[in-house]
Amino acid sequence: MGWLRHQRYLLDFIIASLLRRKGKNLGLLLVYSLIVFMLASVMLFTHALKREMGQVLQASPEIILQRIEAGRHALIPADYLRKIGRLRGVTARKGRLWGYFYDPAVRANYTLMVAPERRLADSEVIIGSAIARTRGIGPGDYLTFRAHDGEAYSFRVRELLASDTELFSADLVLMSERAFRVSQGVAEGWYTDIVLSVSNPLELAKIAEKLTLRLPDTRPILREEILRTYDSIFSWRQGILFVLLLGAILAFVIFAWDKASGLSAEERREIGILKAVGWETGDVLRMKFWEGAILSLMAFLLGYLLAYLHVFHASASLFEPVLKGWAVLYPAFRLTPVIDGLQVATLFFFSVFPYVVATIIPIWQVSVTDPDAVMR
Amino acid sequence: MRKSDPLLSLLALLAGLFLWTLAGSTRSPQAAAERLDPVRRLVSELGLSDPALFTEARYTRHLSQADLHSAFQDHPMALEHFPSGSLLAPPRPATHGRGE
Amino acid sequence: MRIVLENVHKVFNQGRPNAHEAIRGVSLSIEPNRVTCLKGASGSGKSTLLSMIGCLSRPTAGRIHLGERLLSGLPERFLTDIRRHTFGFIFQQFNLISGLSVLENIMLPAYPLAPDHRQLTATASALLDRFGLAHKARNPVQWLSGGEAQRVAICRALINDPRILIADEPTANLDTRLSRDFMEQIRRLRESGRTVLITSHDPVVFDSPVVERVIELCDGQVVGG
Ligand SMILES: Nc1ncnc2c1ncn2[C@@H]1O[C@H](COP(=O)(O)OP(=O)(O)O)[C@@H](O)[C@H]1O
Ligand SMILES: [Mg+2]
Repeated sequence: MGWLRHQRYLLDFIIASLLRRKGKNLGLLLVYSLIVFMLASVMLFTHALKREMGQVLQASPEIILQRIEAGRHALIPADYLRKIGRLRGVTARKGRLWGYFYDPAVRANYTLMVAPERRLADSEVIIGSAIARTRGIGPGDYLTFRAHDGEAYSFRVRELLASDTELFSADLVLMSERAFRVSQGVAEGWYTDIVLSVSNPLELAKIAEKLTLRLPDTRPILREEILRTYDSIFSWRQGILFVLLLGAILAFVIFAWDKASGLSAEERREIGILKAVGWETGDVLRMKFWEGAILSLMAFLLGYLLAYLHVFHASASLFEPVLKGWAVLYPAFRLTPVIDGLQVATLFFFSVFPYVVATIIPIWQVSVTDPDAVMR
Repeated sequence: MRKSDPLLSLLALLAGLFLWTLAGSTRSPQAAAERLDPVRRLVSELGLSDPALFTEARYTRHLSQADLHSAFQDHPMALEHFPSGSLLAPPRPATHGRGE
Repeated sequence: MRIVLENVHKVFNQGRPNAHEAIRGVSLSIEPNRVTCLKGASGSGKSTLLSMIGCLSRPTAGRIHLGERLLSGLPERFLTDIRRHTFGFIFQQFNLISGLSVLENIMLPAYPLAPDHRQLTATASALLDRFGLAHKARNPVQWLSGGEAQRVAICRALINDPRILIADEPTANLDTRLSRDFMEQIRRLRESGRTVLITSHDPVVFDSPVVERVIELCDGQVVGG
């Protein structure tokens, strides 16, 4: 009880004292929060994106079989479906038809895909929301493609893909098989690739091995590999951002060190007065500890909470230019808030601890000197 | 009113919000999973393997299916996802254009 | 509480070429409930002596007794504790902390003791009232005039209700009228049963009827009183 009261008095003093240089201290708090905000945004965003990706990609095919021709991805003949033969554990196999289309009107890349289950008429398409946004079209409107043979084909937009699937469907154009083959010039009897469903994940490696033996010109891509690709790509991007931020962080560290450790003559005099009127060395140190702790704690909480809002309620809009790069189509998506406790703890430690230490250490020397200096 | 009062209330409020965000991630895993259901259905229907995050070039759009280990594969100005791409300028193509 | 000094010495920078003996063998006894004045030219060692009595520093040699206790050998923590409870200080430059309000300045010496906040505010306000400063309580101290700052310094010295009041050249920054006012306030403090120890080379102080005893210092030695 007495201890709490004591600390509150120290808080009273330190606030009064911080408020004296309001502009400077608020500026410090602002810059400090901003740094935490950027670091926390990167952390929260990459973690949540990784998690979401991991969860969604669990539903992607266990094996994708690509044919390689002269070192490049090439169309795969339909009779490969038969040539695969009987493989224990493979529950389904089918050929997929998909490809890309560059739309010069908006300079965007679309992903064309055949969706047999949607039962589309040959003159109908279903498009992703980002295309609809960029082209300014909706259901009932027409989308015209210049096909491989130079002919223009018009498709009626039957519907849009649900906007809550945009992270995966932003640039998709779904069409019927015939429409795809005719407009893209893919002859009957050829597919883009083959997907295989496998019920038991333990058999995957074995099956992949058999596939490469039976069809030496193919490359099987396992779901595991896809997940790993995304795990590492986001770690890598996070690393890049951290490196970019390092400059800013260093600048701040120098600034904060200077601010926290540079004791002005005024401050020295004040510490002398406090000691003369009965404060112990310990009181002075505790007071300084609170100064550092309050500033850094505030900055951490403010920065972190702003980052949380930014990532989960403002769609991480500040990262959009980075992720978007030169792309025209960009999905509007909202991530589910998931937080890695360890990451947050690390951020907390590194944003609070060094600053507190930097505030306390220079005080040490001053506060152990004799208090009679004020008499002179 | 003491000077520490507003500060302590502010800190308490912020700390409360902080804890709320931490708790939030475990609050409703059920709802979070359901939110992803339509996406998962679409992914399994079409056999999608990649998000539509980087639509700028073929090899970034379907990262998992691109030929591995080959930088500057397509778009001359595409942001490179290999470290070298951040350090080196892409080679200038012999002919400008391709619809740009 | 009687203060007794026995053959006290203070050497600054001992062992170095610039060593300087500021106090050379002072023996004194200062009676309780009296107003005592240490008089002497500038540099005669008044402040040095006062800071040793007030537990702000330690003698190089000799003993200082405060009532029953021997001060000279105590470690810093205990000295601080005695200083907090026994002494109130008024400094020449007032030594208020600028930027803080009058009330906050007065309450500062009580912070380490952590009394109930409402009670402390009440005590501080009562003190301000007594010295006619109640209306200035919320002002920052740098707005105060010399006389007001002096009174705030007195209030701060009194906040922990000390038995002994120590004032180092309290009138050096005041004009004659304000100095007289100050001596009047000292008289009232004396009447409330406190020991007062003042250093000064200002005749308004040592010739004042309030002062009961004058001790004269010269080059770190007692020459009269
Ligand atoms: N910290 C110190 N270091 C060295 N010399 C000091 C120190 N403090 C005081 N002195 C010297 O001790 C002598 C007495 O000083 P002081 O007690 O302040 O005199 P007074 O208060 O009577 O003017 C002076 O000569 C002064 O220069
Ligand atoms: Mg002096």
